[in-house]
Amino acid sequence: MNIFYPIQIFADWLTYSVFNIIPKTLLASAVNFFIFDTIKILILLFVIIFAVSLIRSYLPPEKIRNILSHEKKYVGNILASLLGIITPFCSCSAVPLFLGFVQAGVPLGTTFSFLVASPMINEVALVLLFGMFGWKIALIYIISGLMIAIFSGMVIEKMDVRNLVEEFALNGAGENIELPEMSWKQRTDYAKNYTLDIVKKVWLYVVIGVGLGAWIHGYVPTDFLAHYASADKWYAVPLAVLIGIPLYSNAAGVIPLVGALTEKGVAMGTALAFMMAVTALSLPEFMILKKVMKTRLILIFAAVVGIGILFTGYLFNWILK
Amino acid sequence: MQIKILGTGCPNCQRLEANTKKVLEELKLEGKIEKVTEIADIMSYGVMSMPALVVDGAVKISGRVADVKEIKELLSK
Repeated sequence: MNIFYPIQIFADWLTYSVFNIIPKTLLASAVNFFIFDTIKILILLFVIIFAVSLIRSYLPPEKIRNILSHEKKYVGNILASLLGIITPFCSCSAVPLFLGFVQAGVPLGTTFSFLVASPMINEVALVLLFGMFGWKIALIYIISGLMIAIFSGMVIEKMDVRNLVEEFALNGAGENIELPEMSWKQRTDYAKNYTLDIVKKVWLYVVIGVGLGAWIHGYVPTDFLAHYASADKWYAVPLAVLIGIPLYSNAAGVIPLVGALTEKGVAMGTALAFMMAVTALSLPEFMILKKVMKTRLILIFAAVVGIGILFTGYLFNWILK
Repeated sequence: MQIKILGTGCPNCQRLEANTKKVLEELKLEGKIEKVTEIADIMSYGVMSMPALVVDGAVKISGRVADVKEIKELLSK
């Protein structure tokens, strides 16, 4: 049995009995879709964010740095990308993470792998992907995101860009520290507070995103967008990436919307590329990173990750056809 | 006692500071709270996640807002 079945019963009851909407109409399907998806995604957000923050309390950035500063190049890239999954990221934490890693001797390429994976593969995006598209697409997203993070880091390491990092960033006094152990109650408190913080921040975007999605789901004809964005249109993927760059803060609302767009003919690879651009390439983050690195390095960083995303987009448009 | 709150002014940094202030008052401790907001200074403590609480030079809490009870235990040691 589908574990979301009770939510479907509730959504049916609310739509047909409480709101008294005639079944099998466009309005009924849109309202039903909206109620079901909003509740499902909010429940998933609570559960998954809580679980991930509990795990994170065992692996704070300070501990991750400790691990990464002892790792060799290639293993470091892989580990950094994996650890990036559980680390939350906002443009405000980019600079402290970058400085902290580099000053404690974590190789630049490894640091970049982490900087790519951390925002791109986060629990909010994964919950939404799972909720809208199922576990297969969520898994594809994780794996291709990891690949992009690992390879971007390796490429940047090979390019030898140390001279493009600001002097003070390399010579600061950051060092590895041991944090005091936390009790179980402190960990659950932390996870609870963090979950509430995030849900408070994103719930409105989710509601608006799902609402727009529900409207499109009910009222826009299928294949409406196929003319502009189906898999055989070569320009769809780069266009999706370009639109995605300035949309960072609304990742929570963008994904439900994308869910509806794919129903109307946008190819899956294009949609994945769009979501990756939204999460991994963020204009505010680039502006903030200017404090610690030269513009040229930011451009290299954006270009390497961007090419990885384009490749992923075309690849899945081709495979999932 | 030297108490420092590290953070760039986020709402959580202010919450941690408020909790620490409360503890100082309740325990009637002689102590000054100093706010460290410069990123280079924050990094020199080895902290990467904010806010953080430093007591007499040692990092006690990092990346979360501790409640009054926990800070009380930390400061009365």
